[in-house]
Amino acid sequence: MERKNPYLPYPVRIDKITVETDDRSLKSFRLVFLKEEDEKAFRYTPGQFAELSLAGKGEIPIGIASSPTEKGHLLFTVNKAGVVTTALHEMSEGDVIGVRGPLGKGFPLDKFEGKNVVFIGGGFAFTTLRSTIQYMLHPENRARFGEITVIYGARRPGLLLYKETLREWQERNDISTHYTVDAGEEGWTGLVGFVPAVTEQVAPSSKDAYAIVCGPPIMIKFTMPVLTKLGFTPEQIIMSLENRMKCGIGICGKCNTGPKYVCKDGPVFTLAELNQIPAEY
Amino acid sequence: MNAKILPKANVSGFLGDLRNKGYEIWGPVEVDGAVDIMPLDGNASPVTEYWNSRVSPKAMVFPQSERMFVFSVDRSRPDAFILKEVEEPRIGRLAFAIRPCDARAFGILDKVFLVQGAWKDPYYARKRESMVVMALGCNSPCSTCFCHWTGGGPFSREGVDVMMTDLGGGFLLEPVTDKGKELLAGIDLSGASPSNVEEAKRLQDAATTAMEEPLDPSGIRKRPLLEMFGDSYWERAHEACIKCGTCTYLCPTCSCFDIQDEVRGPCGIRGRNWDTCMFPLTTLHASGHNPRPTGKERFRQRFMHKLRYFLDDFGTIMCVGCGRCVQFCPVNIDIREIIRELRG
Repeated sequence: MERKNPYLPYPVRIDKITVETDDRSLKSFRLVFLKEEDEKAFRYTPGQFAELSLAGKGEIPIGIASSPTEKGHLLFTVNKAGVVTTALHEMSEGDVIGVRGPLGKGFPLDKFEGKNVVFIGGGFAFTTLRSTIQYMLHPENRARFGEITVIYGARRPGLLLYKETLREWQERNDISTHYTVDAGEEGWTGLVGFVPAVTEQVAPSSKDAYAIVCGPPIMIKFTMPVLTKLGFTPEQIIMSLENRMKCGIGICGKCNTGPKYVCKDGPVFTLAELNQIPAEY
Repeated sequence: MNAKILPKANVSGFLGDLRNKGYEIWGPVEVDGAVDIMPLDGNASPVTEYWNSRVSPKAMVFPQSERMFVFSVDRSRPDAFILKEVEEPRIGRLAFAIRPCDARAFGILDKVFLVQGAWKDPYYARKRESMVVMALGCNSPCSTCFCHWTGGGPFSREGVDVMMTDLGGGFLLEPVTDKGKELLAGIDLSGASPSNVEEAKRLQDAATTAMEEPLDPSGIRKRPLLEMFGDSYWERAHEACIKCGTCTYLCPTCSCFDIQDEVRGPCGIRGRNWDTCMFPLTTLHASGHNPRPTGKERFRQRFMHKLRYFLDDFGTIMCVGCGRCVQFCPVNIDIREIIRELRG
């Protein structure tokens, strides 16, 4: 993993842009490496992130939404929010940008072996969950894991990410899916209700299980007591943090939170680990 | 190699010899009535009678602004928007007559830039590897100095290649490391007499004993981290602070940085700049959320990082007791009082 200059991005071409949400605030960018050796060097695990680099605008840390089992490209889903993401949203297929990574520690897949995994996601915080689920469902990997349960919600059906992939999962019998929206509308056949309430109804067993929770703070706040009631311990609850970052490798100090750096010690932490550090994220 | 004598009248000639050996020399120079550590060109003569410099020598290895990459934004070029590394010549940098506290500070910066991260920082490493430090011991430490609280002292040799002692008419030069011996090799200097060495020893001992009884900041570790973080002390401690960032700017160990792109015409650069935990933008998310929304959290971060988080990570606090933040704080915040308070 030794790299001469860890700040130097790999050049990549935007291969495909997908508008994910009906308000057009989220787009997915499928990226292809310009050089084959860079693609080989970029070995990642689900839950890791990368810095997307737009020369002249800057860099942004974004979770990797593709799975390492999906060869030939990387997928990033980006919310239009600041300078770099706005510029990225205005780019076209064929444009060249940079990718720097993979960075951080991903989800503890080794610990998931033989265990049931419950994914609880809300809004656009579903990117690295997509990566992890796709990885676990891959024919080479599926047998290593127990039951897979997905609870995913958004405010409206039009704000759910990866609709096609969600449908594919729904049709499989080796994964149980529960998609929900805060307010239903015509044509919606899924659940209606907030993620914490749906989690309570689904009531996944905490025995031999891990729960991965990614979503807006309000969703996390109300999901935690539900998981605790179901018997999940802080060691069994896993989250992925975000903080403003620059270097992405634990030097620049921006994402410092207690004695940890979100970029290099995380972004994935167990609730037990988070309980030990100040909540400055 | 034994100790040498550098007469004060010969300092310029000595530095000239080192410049001829290929060293880029940084040292204390007078700027607007204060002393800063700056690159010394051939004509500048260093000031060697000063308490401590206003600006620390950290810029020698971590410039305030540094180009990391260059690129073109000319779409007609095949390499448009592709970042290229900036060629940097490998030159030896000599820190001349900096204070021992600042020499120790490089050891802390080494931890941040070479150990803490998932990778070594190549920009820092390149400058640091070829660096030599000549530290001028402090015959009379000032009232804001507390190097001895942090494991240093007025003649601490940590991070020092050649120790300099001011004997009045000249400096006793004692090589501490092989790098120091190598630096002095081939330079025409007379050997020190036993009485020179004895006099230096006397000055060194006198300076050390003159300092007040130290406090050991590592006692801070006794308290649970979250209890210290949640201490109501922070509510009142930060109130005087105007979050100007002077302390982080002058601090020899503060090393947070920001990375920014700049474009002029067809040319672009990606560079990094010193940042400060005192400013709200440092941690502001694009969503508008700020994990350190008010002055209280930002003030607490500076001291918790230096005195507790770094101690937990590396077994040493991120402070060398140079006293700059005490001396230049516009509202007289004194890190020593904060250490006292946090130790309980």
